[in-house]
Amino acid sequence: MSSKYRPIAFVLNAKRTSVRVHPMKRLLDVLREDCGLTGTKEGCGEGECGACTVIVNGQAVNSCLVPVAQVAGAKVMTIEGLKGRHRLQRAFAEFGGAQCGICTPGMILAAVALGPHPTLEQVRTGLAGNICRCTGYEGIYRAIRKSEDRSKKK
Amino acid sequence: MSRSVGRNVIRKDGAAKASGTASYVDDLTLPGMLHARTVRSTIPCGDIRRIGFDFDAAGFTIVDARDIPGRNLVSLIMDDQPCLADGEVRHVAEPILLLAHEDRERLTEAKVDIEYRPRLAVFDPADSPTVFKTVAIAKGNLDEGFRHADLVVEGEYRTGHQEHLYIEPNGMLAVPEDGGVTVYGSLQCPYYVHRALVVLLGLPEHKVRVVQVETGGGFGGKEDYPSIIAGHACLLALKSGRPVKLIYDRTEDMLATTKRHPSIVRHRTGVTRDGRLTAMDINVLMDGGAYCTLSPVVLSRGCIHATGPYRCHHVRVNGRVVMTNTPPNGAFRGFGAPQTLFAADVHMERIAEALGMNPVRLRERNALRPGDVTATGQTLGPDAAALDVLRAAVARSDFQKKRRACRGTNKGIGLSLFFHGAGFTGSGEVKLKSKASLELTPDGVRILVASTEIGQGQRTVHAQIVADALGVPYESVEVAAADTSLVPDSGPTVASRTTMVVGSLLKQCAVEMRATLGRLSPGAYLQKHGPLVITKQYEAPPGLVWDDETYRGSAYGSYGWACDVIEVERDPVTDEIRPIKVTTAHEIGKALYPLGVRGQIEGGTAQGLGYALIEEVVMRDGAMANAQLTNYIVPTTLDTPPMDVVMLEKPYAHGPYGAKGVGEMPFDGVAPAVVNAIRSLGIDMREIPATPERIVEAPVIRDSGSGIRDRGRDWPGSASRGASGGGRIFRPGRKPGSAAPGRGR
Repeated sequence: MSSKYRPIAFVLNAKRTSVRVHPMKRLLDVLREDCGLTGTKEGCGEGECGACTVIVNGQAVNSCLVPVAQVAGAKVMTIEGLKGRHRLQRAFAEFGGAQCGICTPGMILAAVALGPHPTLEQVRTGLAGNICRCTGYEGIYRAIRKSEDRSKKK
Repeated sequence: MSRSVGRNVIRKDGAAKASGTASYVDDLTLPGMLHARTVRSTIPCGDIRRIGFDFDAAGFTIVDARDIPGRNLVSLIMDDQPCLADGEVRHVAEPILLLAHEDRERLTEAKVDIEYRPRLAVFDPADSPTVFKTVAIAKGNLDEGFRHADLVVEGEYRTGHQEHLYIEPNGMLAVPEDGGVTVYGSLQCPYYVHRALVVLLGLPEHKVRVVQVETGGGFGGKEDYPSIIAGHACLLALKSGRPVKLIYDRTEDMLATTKRHPSIVRHRTGVTRDGRLTAMDINVLMDGGAYCTLSPVVLSRGCIHATGPYRCHHVRVNGRVVMTNTPPNGAFRGFGAPQTLFAADVHMERIAEALGMNPVRLRERNALRPGDVTATGQTLGPDAAALDVLRAAVARSDFQKKRRACRGTNKGIGLSLFFHGAGFTGSGEVKLKSKASLELTPDGVRILVASTEIGQGQRTVHAQIVADALGVPYESVEVAAADTSLVPDSGPTVASRTTMVVGSLLKQCAVEMRATLGRLSPGAYLQKHGPLVITKQYEAPPGLVWDDETYRGSAYGSYGWACDVIEVERDPVTDEIRPIKVTTAHEIGKALYPLGVRGQIEGGTAQGLGYALIEEVVMRDGAMANAQLTNYIVPTTLDTPPMDVVMLEKPYAHGPYGAKGVGEMPFDGVAPAVVNAIRSLGIDMREIPATPERIVEAPVIRDSGSGIRDRGRDWPGSASRGASGGGRIFRPGRKPGSAAPGRGR
């Protein structure tokens, strides 16, 4: 559409992607509007709630605070990248990790970014930037723990 | 045979939410769609003198009050609120003008100048000349009650605004369609929006269609305000002839939409030296904000819950909710009850302190029991469980031992006992005449209700009820979207009524459908007899009678009962109070979906911790000064302690499988338990949020437990708070020790 911008290339959910948008456009908007991936949600637009969390080069970041130019050449993973098959996704659905669901994609990605076998304290600290107004977080801890239990059994 | 009820089935909406495919309103895009913006007042009260446009209007659709084809109001209770200000404004952030454009940047940049002639605004509810509603509840004879008292304890308790902070901000998408309009949105009550649109747009009912899409949290905040947003989106859509999406950003949502009503509640209570309540005189004042919205019903529920779950023969509750020039306050989980239950149970704690009595014993002595009569004259059924939850929470938390261990440390422990009436107050359910339908499908059945899934598990619980009553697998039960073109009006998704009231209608539908099907499978029945839809309408259970004039009768079909024990720690440097453990016992009739019930209890408790400790709406000149998440803070993982949840079940005869409502109650008791824990640290706290600033300023409780021996002494702290603000204890002229007559037990 707008050829006035130079392409910005990055790897999105393991696929090479290129967008021609204003380099300061928020990654959140690029994902939702230009890439059609609406699983990333906007809760506050100021980096406080974590609903827009995505994983950039292995780290959980608030995509509302990231200008798209900053991910040039980077690996970006959104909730769609987990394809609904990640063990945390199943556990969130089964053990009360999701209620209204609007924080859920960001919460799951923040939990994925913790790496395998986090302790409860690591989970509490690692998810402190993701606000859930429904669960009081207990359901989220429960889901993560159940998911861990399952992975250990395998 | 019960196959899914009581079992942790997989919630209907779980997979879509966890995979990110669940579609919320901001995820929807249509060809030719315009984006919209609301231009709002910047002053709290005044006349609009001139509106000037300082932008190129090409491509813009502009709407003001003159474009409204029907009546310019948000139809709800009093019909006093315009959908768009017409000549005058009553609060900051009141909608005045609407703009739409396909380019969001041009929309944001468009400059509108509004000149006002300001008028004097009212901010203090105590000074307000405009009363939206008064409530008076009277039982027994107050003078007689006070004559039997050995001690009178007085006090004033204050609560602040609270922002819902659903993580998905409000939003609507309106689409003009063959002479009418369809609106998709984030909302709790499709038929509230429908009714408001019919009035606003002057369209026949069948030309307005309201569809709830996935909704990212409500908590009451999407009960009434979505009617305004839908109205705005529709006005723009009808004028432009194009789909219009109107999404609030966080700051706009916090500035403009409703909050929990701030309250000032005064108690004057007579009590005998052995701890029996003889008289309760309660005064409730709530700040309704600039328009009436739901304030009358919020006040009503608040007043009915104002005694707490305690028995007393002589009670007077007077309440009023008034107008101030602040954004209207509205529904928020608990709906008036959290404010009055806060006052009631902090006051009980102060009575225990004054008597030198153990707080558990005082509550045990006065807790409502089966057969007891409430302030409105309702005789409680066998499912009244105040004593059960009290004993369960006290035992489970080891309250007494911990209370002794806390003495002299920076740790405190407090408890609260509370109840919550499920369903609409008084005759509300009778007037609603809710309907629910069940439609046979080739593979099973489809639920048709206007109840909305807002995270609480409506789809799951309704499907469980129908599955078991019909005798089909849970998986074969579909739940239709809450779309007014498909579903009957089941009433709003509020008041902890979705399981108990609407669920009960669905159960009746399923029972009848089972009988109709006989031995035929759904597919076979459809082939033989054609389509089958069964609809049931609410009828009050026998004996449930209420008088709106006198406030006498059965205020609710049933009550849930709960007790919170909360342990806190005071930071010696910052004076922050940190919750470190919550133990809660909830009696909820029957947990149909135990994981969901637990989620409601834990989530409501966390929201209550925010209300009690950190969530402060700072109002400056009638506007929220901290309308952003950087300084309106809500509990994160690090602010939320471990929770130990005990669920008790005393079935309610008219609830589906015995279930009562559970959505709101968990919120109600948190703030009083927290403040009672703070009081156990010797801090005379009577106000929330109990921020470090308030902790520092609060008087010290000098010597608790000596009130009854210390004849005529002023209650500590009264001097610094003033006579009306502080509360004091005095002894009426009466011989100590004589038992109060007229007590049932």
